[in-house]
Amino acid sequence: MTLELYRIDDRLIHGQVVVGWGQPLDIGFIVLVDDLVAEAEWEQDLYRMGVPPEMDVYFHSASDAIAAMPKYLAESRRGILLTGDIATMQRLVDGGVVHNVNIGGIHSKPGRVQRLRYVFLSPDEESQLRALATNGVKVSAQDLPGARDVSLPDLLAGSEL
Amino acid sequence: MSSDATPSADRPHPRAIVAGHGEFAAGLVSAVQQITGRGDQLIPVAVYSLGVEDIESLLRKKMLEADVHVIFTDLQAGSCTMASRRILRGRDDAVLIAGINLPTLLDFVFTEGKTAPEAARHAAERGRAAITVHGAGA
Repeated sequence: MTLELYRIDDRLIHGQVVVGWGQPLDIGFIVLVDDLVAEAEWEQDLYRMGVPPEMDVYFHSASDAIAAMPKYLAESRRGILLTGDIATMQRLVDGGVVHNVNIGGIHSKPGRVQRLRYVFLSPDEESQLRALATNGVKVSAQDLPGARDVSLPDLLAGSEL
Repeated sequence: MSSDATPSADRPHPRAIVAGHGEFAAGLVSAVQQITGRGDQLIPVAVYSLGVEDIESLLRKKMLEADVHVIFTDLQAGSCTMASRRILRGRDDAVLIAGINLPTLLDFVFTEGKTAPEAARHAAERGRAAITVHGAGA
């Protein structure tokens, strides 16, 4: 498997992804799946600017990403797939192309309750995560490679906070 | 310090926002204060638990409140840098300097007689040139 991480992170491409994961895992490309960014050239330039020149970023809508996945899985380089929200990741899981989900950062917003230092969830989002975890999909939270991988039950219990 | 330096109270301040990961901003600003006494020109901003929209609105609010037109950030790929670029989109009166170091800020707080964005551009060049290497690894 050349995609090392399927990550939900509302900051999408940022320091933790590019440096924190990118350097130790020797990441050569990022697949950024977001319907809005996929349509916005300016946003794409912004995210491209955030990665080192040797790292490629590919942008897809959720539906395009499912079709493009075989290409990325055949890559010789290692990659990270990113979505900005749970719903987008759910579409990829439903499409049969994601079996392992990393919650990397869902930050504070009205209506959300803090579950981890870097994870805040609304009741709806908690249900979405439970739904994600059905059918054998592993869902856990981990912001950085050296951090503890927090299982979904522990995350939802808030016991790691 | 040069004898013609304007007393701190006569300078418009603050003149810039400093934003970044962890305690980066507060740490750099405290270093500037310790070295120069001019830390009050800089507003440190930390953004640990915020999502991107909240980072953007926080930085926008800080800029408006203090009427500053300069943002310094720590890392090109960082969320603060991304948010700042969104804020600056379509504006030609403000500047973002990403990847700063302490020499950048020291030059900035001592540059007078220029607009803050001009001083920031000057400081960026100083900061870039201020990294020196000594010893092994060549």
